[in-house]
Amino acid sequence: MHGQSLLEVRDLQISFSTYAGEVQAVRGVSFDLRRGETLAIVGESGSGKSVTAKSIMRLNPEANTIVQGGEILFEGEDILKLSQKRMQDIRGPRIAMVFQDPMTSLDPTMKIGRQITESLKEHLGLSGQRAKERAIELLTLVGIPHPEERIKQYPHQFSGGMRQRVVIAIALACDPQILIADEPSTALDVTIQAQILELLRELQEQLGMSVILITHDLGVVAHTAHRVAVMYAGKIVETGTLREIFYNPQMPYTWGLLSSIPLPTADRSQDLIPIPGSPPDMSDPPEGCPFTARCPYAMRVCSTEFPEYTTFSAEHKAACWLHHPMAPNVEPPVRIGDAR
Amino acid sequence: MLVTLFVIASITFFISKMLPGTPFADPKLTPQVRQQLFEKYGLDEPLYVQYAKYMVNVAQGDLGNSYYFEGRPVSQMILSRFPVSMFIGVQAVIFGIVVGLALGIVAALRHNTIWDTLAVMIAVIGVSVPTFVLGPVLQYWLGLKLGLFPIAFFESWWHSVLPSLALSVFVVSTVARFVRTEMLEVMGQDYITLARAKGLSGLAVIIRHVLRNALIPIVTVLAPLTIYLVTGTLVVEQIFAVPGIGEQFVTSVFVNDYSMILGTSLFFSVLFILALLIQDISYGIIDPRIRVHGAKE
Amino acid sequence: METKHRDLTPDLFGPLGVDEQESERIAGPPVGFWRDAWTRLKKNRGALISLAIIVFLFAMAFAIGPLVASQSPYAQDLSRRFAAPSAEFWFGTDEFGRDMWTRVWAGTRVSLYIAFLAALLDMFVGVTFGAVSGFLGGRVDDLLQRVIEILNGIPYLVVAILAMVVFEPGIITISIAIGITGWTYMARIVRGRMLQLKDQEFTLASRSLGASRSRLVWKHLIPNSLGPIIVNLMFTIPSAIFAEAFLSFIGLGIQVPEASLGSLISDGAQQLRFHPYLLWLPSAVFCLIMICFNLLGDGLRDALDPKMRK
Repeated sequence: MHGQSLLEVRDLQISFSTYAGEVQAVRGVSFDLRRGETLAIVGESGSGKSVTAKSIMRLNPEANTIVQGGEILFEGEDILKLSQKRMQDIRGPRIAMVFQDPMTSLDPTMKIGRQITESLKEHLGLSGQRAKERAIELLTLVGIPHPEERIKQYPHQFSGGMRQRVVIAIALACDPQILIADEPSTALDVTIQAQILELLRELQEQLGMSVILITHDLGVVAHTAHRVAVMYAGKIVETGTLREIFYNPQMPYTWGLLSSIPLPTADRSQDLIPIPGSPPDMSDPPEGCPFTARCPYAMRVCSTEFPEYTTFSAEHKAACWLHHPMAPNVEPPVRIGDAR
Repeated sequence: MLVTLFVIASITFFISKMLPGTPFADPKLTPQVRQQLFEKYGLDEPLYVQYAKYMVNVAQGDLGNSYYFEGRPVSQMILSRFPVSMFIGVQAVIFGIVVGLALGIVAALRHNTIWDTLAVMIAVIGVSVPTFVLGPVLQYWLGLKLGLFPIAFFESWWHSVLPSLALSVFVVSTVARFVRTEMLEVMGQDYITLARAKGLSGLAVIIRHVLRNALIPIVTVLAPLTIYLVTGTLVVEQIFAVPGIGEQFVTSVFVNDYSMILGTSLFFSVLFILALLIQDISYGIIDPRIRVHGAKE
Repeated sequence: METKHRDLTPDLFGPLGVDEQESERIAGPPVGFWRDAWTRLKKNRGALISLAIIVFLFAMAFAIGPLVASQSPYAQDLSRRFAAPSAEFWFGTDEFGRDMWTRVWAGTRVSLYIAFLAALLDMFVGVTFGAVSGFLGGRVDDLLQRVIEILNGIPYLVVAILAMVVFEPGIITISIAIGITGWTYMARIVRGRMLQLKDQEFTLASRSLGASRSRLVWKHLIPNSLGPIIVNLMFTIPSAIFAEAFLSFIGLGIQVPEASLGSLISDGAQQLRFHPYLLWLPSAVFCLIMICFNLLGDGLRDALDPKMRK
């Protein structure tokens, strides 16, 4: 559908050493990102999606992050093995990131104009005047009115939604090929959420970037993504195109996610089907399929072995024992299929 | 601020009335002479009159005359000695801040390594060992044994090294602890991760983002440091026989020169309040969040 | 990460029983707040060693020192002046031939005594003030805060000095002078905590269940404030010891023939040139106390900080 692979993550394994022991955050994740597409990585808190995203930019705290294995291939190099210097060249001009909380993402004591031009001067070598002009262009691009005045202001003089636009402007400053957006709208009000997501979508089309969108909200995914990867407890349990995931999901966790979205069109006669229980503790991850404890279809094999991936189409794969020839036939819950 | 000054001045006045023994208790004075002196110093007037006169005088900077050095105005005596103390104190502070900054920054950047632990240990020792122990120790080792510096009086800049050094240890430790804590806190903030995500070099991130944010609250250290300096001066000048206000104050305590005691106490309090004032004002200027009011979208 | 290809038998695809599922498996045993804090504190070796040293010094000062001493701290023996430390006089003798071993521990007793009295006074006044101010809020709070603001502007050591000039130096007066001036910090902390707790949900919950005000204060608010109070206490003590030593040094503290660490240091400083041991020994004890309380205070503060919980 889209162009060739820009970024390939292969069997990534990341752990953290903490005060309470070693926490395995990412346990063998593989996916790729193609030119011009938006890939959504969906999962609950603790699923490892943020850690995966930060690993692509090597932004995890150095002191206690352990790379247990895997590769991240970008432009022919393995990001995990690059020097700090080389990473600094990549961050910004090649890969950029937008963070979750706009209220804390900006340096409170620096004018935002300077926060944008910092990047421009560092990577593109722009002079003062030219950098300033470019900063104004960027602010216009992200939809901030009166940019000439705004560049002289401090973050606390902006509202949450405006700040997030500034963060996006900073990320786009050096024309990156990949934009990683880690829950970019979660901390914002619902109406502002929509604005930001729409902005991201437009910018992606305009600039032809590839976007990795990290979120826990399937509603967000439905409006912005081309492909979706579903993560649970440090592993990817299903990937596919947007239509495939929404209309033909093949894994009970995905069914659960889709069933628990409250629909604006639903009425009281339709049950919300929540997923019981909570995600597992990653300092002591369970053997086998991590979703077993909460899965209504769990079988004995699920608690001892992680399932192999079953391929349903060129893009669609899921890891679930239900697809093994020896497994009983199972119908997905009723709501799937009319989720629009 | 003014209210506090007023309160302090009043306190000093009332304390002066509570001091044991009348001034001029020298038995050689005959009752008539004593009566004359009382009248001369206005000590026979009703209390509220004395109070009013005192407050007016203080407001004008007149702190009365020393009881010990007859006839010499307290304020003049204080001001003549102040420059010496100020010199040693300022030197100590400047040195202390520079070294403290370096120590604190190193500790924060090398968090959880041996350097961090070392720096913290030095800092803890620095705040725990008081000047009246440190002073003699320095005198002994650097002065007597190694003969590097003179240990008393104030005849040259060289003489000021040991006293300033003794005073600066506490400053170094306090500043180092503070800088380290603030830096560690700032380094854990989201906007620092964003700065790194921009591809800035580690050095640029630290100088342009971490330090600027971490050092803003440093003015809060000003107040306790000033108290420390004032009391430290008392000790240091005693030990090193430096002719400053501290030494003068201690002598006045010894000889019960009440007006000197009170006058100097008042002076110290004024200094302290000034420091508080500067602290408040600085905070308002340095932190852009306070200086520039946010505009709602 | 490929799974081993074991032989998969059909029975493995039978359903997993409900009790075999651990949907709500609890990650670890529940711990109380204090137990958790104690565990964290134990990991801080500096704090633990400090605690041990403090206990040791206490034992020395109040129990072992006097037991082992053969002389009284006042007994003078002019034929034995300025004896350096030896087998007979472990800490040597001073200018009046008094045994330094006994004097140092006597001095330590006095210093610790004063420090604790002052700290208790500080805590008592500060906690009451802060609690009342924070809990009652409103105009009472405003008024009390103004008082604190004014008092804050007065350098407390100056007041202590003035107090000692007026009153006869003695253990009680010194304790009062020190304690009465430094309590503003404790009051601020307690008030801050009160305000914080008042707004938290458990207070509202308790009140909505009909708890009376005193029950609220005693069973909920004060126990939850104990953490910062204890930490602050750990720092007030060295501060008080310092203040007492300082006063003694400038001649306003403990007078001869009584001894405190401060007065011993002061005397020792004068003999520095020829009899330095008179300075080193009380100084060592003094610094040890200061360092240990500071480290312990730091450790307690880290241990009791709920943000550090995993």
